[in-house]
Amino acid sequence: MTANRLAESLLALSQQEELADLPKDYLLSESEDEGDNDGERKHQKLLEAISSLDGKNRRKLAERSEASLKVSEFNVSSEGSGEKLVLADLLEPVKTSSSLATVKKQLSRVKSKKTVELPLNKEEIERARTPLEQEIFNLLHKNKQPVADPLLTPVEKASLRAMSLEEAKMRRGELQRARALQSYYEAKARREKKIKSKKYHKVVKKGKAKKALKEFEQLRKVNPAAALEELEKIEKARMMERMSLKHQNSGKWAKSKAIMAKYDLEARQAMQEQLSKNKELTQKLQVASESEEEEGGTEDVEELLVPDVVNEVQMNADGPNPWMLRSCTSDTKEAATQEDPEQLPELEAHGVSESEGEERPVAEEEILLREFEERRSLRKISELSQDAEPAGSQETKDSGSQEVLSELRVLSQKLKENHQSRKQKASSEGTIPQVQREEPAPEEEEPLLLQRPERVQTLEELEELGKEECFQNKELPRPVLEGQQSERTPNNRPDAPKEKKKKEQMIDLQNLLTTQSPSVKSLAVPTVEELEDEEERNHRQMIKEAFAGDDVIRDFLKEKREAVEASKPKDVDLTLPGWGEWGGVGLKPSAKKRRRFLIKAPEGPPRKDKNLPNVIINEKRNIHAAAHQVRVLPYPFTHHWQFERTIQTPIGSTWNTQRAFQKLTTPKVVTKPGHIINPIKAEDVGYRSSSRSDLSVIQRNPKRITTRHKKQLKKCSVD
Amino acid sequence: METAPKPGKDVPPKKDKLQTKRKKPRRYWEEETVPTTAGASPGPPRNKKNRELRPQRPKNAHILKKSRISKKPQVPKKPREWKNPESQRGLSGAQDPFPGPAPVPVEVVQKFCRIDKSRKLPHSKAKTRSRLEVAEAEEEETSIKAARSELLLAEEPGFLEGEDGEDTAKICQADIVEAVDIASAAKHFDLNLRQFGPYRLNYSRTGRHLAFGGRRGHVAALDWVTKKLMCEINVMEVVRDIRFLHSEALLAVAQNRWLHIYDNQGIELHCIRRCDRVTRLEFLPFHFLLATASETGFLTYLDVSVGKIVAALNARAGRLDVMSQNPYNAVIHLGHSNGTVSLWSPAMKEPLAKILCHRGGVRAVAVDSTGTYMATSGLDHQLKIFDLRGTYQPLSTRTLPHGAGHLAFSQRGLLVAGMGDIVNIWAGQGKASPPSLEQPYLTHRLSGPVHGLQFCPFEDVLGVGHTGGITSMLVPGAGEPNFDGLESNPYRSRKQRQEWEVKALLEKVPAELICLDPRALAEVDVISLEQGKKEQIERLGYDPQAKAPFQPKPKQKGRSSTASLVKRKRKVMDEEHRDKVRQSLQQQHHKEAKAKPTGARPSALDRFVR
Repeated sequence: MTANRLAESLLALSQQEELADLPKDYLLSESEDEGDNDGERKHQKLLEAISSLDGKNRRKLAERSEASLKVSEFNVSSEGSGEKLVLADLLEPVKTSSSLATVKKQLSRVKSKKTVELPLNKEEIERARTPLEQEIFNLLHKNKQPVADPLLTPVEKASLRAMSLEEAKMRRGELQRARALQSYYEAKARREKKIKSKKYHKVVKKGKAKKALKEFEQLRKVNPAAALEELEKIEKARMMERMSLKHQNSGKWAKSKAIMAKYDLEARQAMQEQLSKNKELTQKLQVASESEEEEGGTEDVEELLVPDVVNEVQMNADGPNPWMLRSCTSDTKEAATQEDPEQLPELEAHGVSESEGEERPVAEEEILLREFEERRSLRKISELSQDAEPAGSQETKDSGSQEVLSELRVLSQKLKENHQSRKQKASSEGTIPQVQREEPAPEEEEPLLLQRPERVQTLEELEELGKEECFQNKELPRPVLEGQQSERTPNNRPDAPKEKKKKEQMIDLQNLLTTQSPSVKSLAVPTVEELEDEEERNHRQMIKEAFAGDDVIRDFLKEKREAVEASKPKDVDLTLPGWGEWGGVGLKPSAKKRRRFLIKAPEGPPRKDKNLPNVIINEKRNIHAAAHQVRVLPYPFTHHWQFERTIQTPIGSTWNTQRAFQKLTTPKVVTKPGHIINPIKAEDVGYRSSSRSDLSVIQRNPKRITTRHKKQLKKCSVD
Repeated sequence: METAPKPGKDVPPKKDKLQTKRKKPRRYWEEETVPTTAGASPGPPRNKKNRELRPQRPKNAHILKKSRISKKPQVPKKPREWKNPESQRGLSGAQDPFPGPAPVPVEVVQKFCRIDKSRKLPHSKAKTRSRLEVAEAEEEETSIKAARSELLLAEEPGFLEGEDGEDTAKICQADIVEAVDIASAAKHFDLNLRQFGPYRLNYSRTGRHLAFGGRRGHVAALDWVTKKLMCEINVMEVVRDIRFLHSEALLAVAQNRWLHIYDNQGIELHCIRRCDRVTRLEFLPFHFLLATASETGFLTYLDVSVGKIVAALNARAGRLDVMSQNPYNAVIHLGHSNGTVSLWSPAMKEPLAKILCHRGGVRAVAVDSTGTYMATSGLDHQLKIFDLRGTYQPLSTRTLPHGAGHLAFSQRGLLVAGMGDIVNIWAGQGKASPPSLEQPYLTHRLSGPVHGLQFCPFEDVLGVGHTGGITSMLVPGAGEPNFDGLESNPYRSRKQRQEWEVKALLEKVPAELICLDPRALAEVDVISLEQGKKEQIERLGYDPQAKAPFQPKPKQKGRSSTASLVKRKRKVMDEEHRDKVRQSLQQQHHKEAKAKPTGARPSALDRFVR
């Protein structure tokens, strides 16, 4: 906006300047003899600067603003860019030799001398001889045009007389300043235009739209007529949109997307978005006038519709708060997205007028609800006008600034003869495409619109909703409310369509938390709470609960997803780009190669919380505890389960009776202090002393002996 | 041929075996004749039988053993008829009408059995099997002993029963006090302390001592049974929470800035500046850890036996002021404002588990003494009971009119909720069942909003701290009637306490052992095991446990030609391969069989389902 104003002021200035230009020229040439040369050059420079404003042939001024120690011919620059260094100047000695000085003086004198004047010529100008000339002179005289040398009209003379030198200088200064400012602004605009970040542009656009909206609001207050005009402009933009084939999935882009749409979800969405954009742009703007609001339910359509109260909870549901979603399943959502486009305009129309229309009990929660409703509708309006506004106001703005620019260009053209007329044409044409270029941008701003759940309009639909609710109730966690469910859903359908597994998890979680649990009938109610009507309280509580924590479920699911991702083993990519094929910037190794060198991580064991939507169980290993665990299987065991079974019984006195503890912990051999420990004998291990020496046998053939030894051992144990 | 007659014939030798088993381990200083004398002790006829059986023994000794084990459970229940009537007669010559040890009910024995027999073991070698059998026999024996000693638990829990159809919740404290004996009636009292704001309270582990701290700085500890005051001070600072350490001699107080520790005289022993802005305290008695939750969002574990901070964990969930411990596995439960409850151990930087419990913030959490159930209440006015045994699903849910701000479980599983100035108590059917939220068991109104709740251990008493002071309520059936005199003895002397302290310190459990399933510590660390195996294979260059490849035996008479060797080898290889294929096919069948029953028959209308 400021830029626009600036441009306007610039325009005004330049117009003034145009008026004052000719006399000034003259004035300068006449009065400032010694500065004439200099001034002319500066002027030239100015003209060049102006002509180069359109951007293409702009060049940077190479200026040496500081005195540098090292002066070389490479960075010598003359004052101003227009002048060129002449080699001869550089070759000349600094001091001219005295012998040539006299000659030079003579030469200059000769040069300065005017050629011989011929009196005849003068006469010819002054006097008209031929009838044609006479006629011309007559005409000139009639129009008080100058005939003789200072070619100034009396008006010009008068204006010349009116303007003093200081004034002229001041004006020039102003003009220069304005031009400088403009150049800065343009440079800035160019820089900003070059920024590729979509987000940045989005933010800028949003800011602009907001500002425009604010101004429009102000304008409506201050100057309703102007506001009406603005509105008309918006209307006009809407008409244009309706006439054009824009945003109707008929463009080149849309066609290319249509091919892809079958396979690519994003493309489908993009197309949908475009269509919705069209819907939005062609939507009729409702004027929320006070009179309409007050008169209430005038619409006849209302009669066949369901009262709005039914919808209220759902209406709020489209926000980021999922708590209110409890009554509409994902199925309805899907349906909504499909049917939305048809319903939207109506929705829009009712949204505002109905909110005040019906007579309603003015309960607290109603107020609360209405507040939300209002806020929502307000948001919607702003959204709408945001979309509509830029189309209109942008147009005016842009055409305004465009005008300024073109004007300036024309000016410079006038002054500089060799400028082409091509630019002018372009600039005059530029106004219309500009508008069209502006429009597709706000596309990204309203995906929300697509996800709005369906609004119940007829009784049948309401019934449908009820059914769905029933169905959902069926899915509630089983152990909690089995009794109630059988009461509540006697007529639920056995053939209710099965949800997909993945969805079920989500719904499950929703159910888990959003179950309407039976409230406790306590004998004593805390004194803090005032006793209210039961129903009213319930209702209020529901609202409170709905807005208690926003998005807890979604946050949790997101967190869980992240945790799952983080715990998944990562694949190792060993591709070397450029190995065995061409490499370089922008070249990716081929898919085949990538596939070949990608080492897929083995699928880990299933997570413990795989089927528990409301739980995240940390799968990380507790290494500190692992340090205390057994890590080597003792001898006779071949599988760790076997060993685990033998250590599952605790032997500590905490878990056992005293006797059991003692028995479990008796050492195999008990020694008594002070007693001699005799060395082990063959008899100790079950051998009978025989004629042969057992030891020698053992040495000779250990294997045989072991079997015999066994036999003997058994014999011993038997008796 | 030999095994067939065994069961019938085996009976006598088995008994004999039992006899020998029950013998005392032989001491080396004893005479070598001992075994022979023991063998000789049974009567001559038995000896004879043994002689007859002797030739059979060596071959089926192992099977004999097995049969013994499998029949063992019945042994204690069966009176031992096999004993000779002479041997049963005492000196007086009178006959024992109930010979043998007293029978033990199987259910009680089952309670003490800890070996998980549900898992089927892979085929094991004879040696391994014998070890397993020994372990099982030991378990059997110890659990029978434990079951038998249940007899010593003489006390029974109290209860409250309404007359036919009467709601027990209508019975007020005055009625209960009137009905019970004087000693019990003395346990109901009110401390009117209106001056120093809402009170938090804590009973010591033995249930004998009570400490309470008022918001406005009033800290006191007393022997609440005898009403003997131990100390009373004003710390001149906000007191947020108070907790006894391992014994009643030490007291941790969460004050405005820092954590302070006082002794039972009220002398400040420590000021722990590393725990600042503490809101809640929990003490883990077996680990000697004091867990503190702070406003800054840190959960700090302080080892009070060595005075070191074991772990300071950032919960990343803002201010923490809901905390409770799981007495079963010493895991700390924290409630957060986003409706989740997170489970923490000092060994892990991240929570062990996170459970989404409520839509609003969590206001209170409590875990029952067996670590099976968790009760939570949230800003959405709901009270939920979760199952902590792996599923973390709500078992029951109720909406309370005002929402519960404080929760606590009693030793026997009663749940109390403080809602405003009302205290509601719910009871379950049995000890192991969760409290049913259908009907409150007791209700009581206090003189001010509740600020702290705890059931007194080993007493049927509920302590409630509120703005008006402290109330000690009688709740029949709340406390465990039998205490373990060696573990937490309410009547212990000072000397006993000191003894216990030393023992407890010696048995201190390291902090890093805290994990969700404490029984997991009795499992083999499979990952390290595998790692070790792999390393060994790498080191040796081959797998020592791998099955050796088939090598055909050399045969004579030209049948060991190269061709025939290869043929034999090929035969074995093919057989193995076929086995493999068979197995994989079987697995596939299993999978298909499993997958099939889930999907009903496809309907033609399915195509319209979105």
